Amino acid sequence: MAFQQRSERPTGDRPQGDRPQGGDRAGAGGPGGRKVFFRRRKSCPLTGPNAPEVDYKDVKLLGRFISERGKILPSRITAVSAKKQRKLSQAIKRARNLALLPYVVQN
Amino acid sequence: MAFYECTFVVRADMSKGDVQKLTDTLAKIVTDHKGTIVKNEYWGLRTLAYKINKMGKGHYTMFGLDCSAETLKELERQIGINEDIIRHLTVRVDKLDATPSVMLQQKSGDSYETTAASA
Repeated sequence: MAFQQRSERPTGDRPQGDRPQGGDRAGAGGPGGRKVFFRRRKSCPLTGPNAPEVDYKDVKLLGRFISERGKILPSRITAVSAKKQRKLSQAIKRARNLALLPYVVQN
Repeated sequence: MAFYECTFVVRADMSKGDVQKLTDTLAKIVTDHKGTIVKNEYWGLRTLAYKINKMGKGHYTMFGLDCSAETLKELERQIGINEDIIRHLTVRVDKLDATPSVMLQQKSGDSYETTAASA
């Protein structure tokens, strides 16, 4: 049944550049269906007048940019600018060396 | 003269007094070589993010230094020799201010997990 439902949905009128994982496209596919969704790009959380400075000592800040596994999150998820991402990855690696952050989190 | 930040981790089975003594001897190396200690921060006994030599905790101390490269070389040599120091990191910084670092400002949490939970 579920398969039938899926096959009924028109797929031809989707825009070409559409990414399948766009989570906020729940309301899409309405009348017309040709509407291209521009998701507003989030601004970098580490740039701006009162943004925190990236530092290997700030474990609380760095902890926000690592995954549950302990890996550094890609900037396309965190929206960090390229310049800050370089600083961030350097800081995380320093913190790992001092055992302030883990290299890997088991289980 | 340049500014450096030197952080080192001392094994947990040393007492706080012994760590203080060790910190003083290291500080003396710097001052004997015409360097100055701008900052001397003791971050306390923290839980390590991973086990080092089967140890789960360590005393963290950070120096803010204004010294020459030769002085730093001597300090790092002494740190390397000392077996009570399990990790160290020296970073050159552009400026040093007297305000305590983030580590002392956020009182809560002795590991990254507890600080992340309180965030």
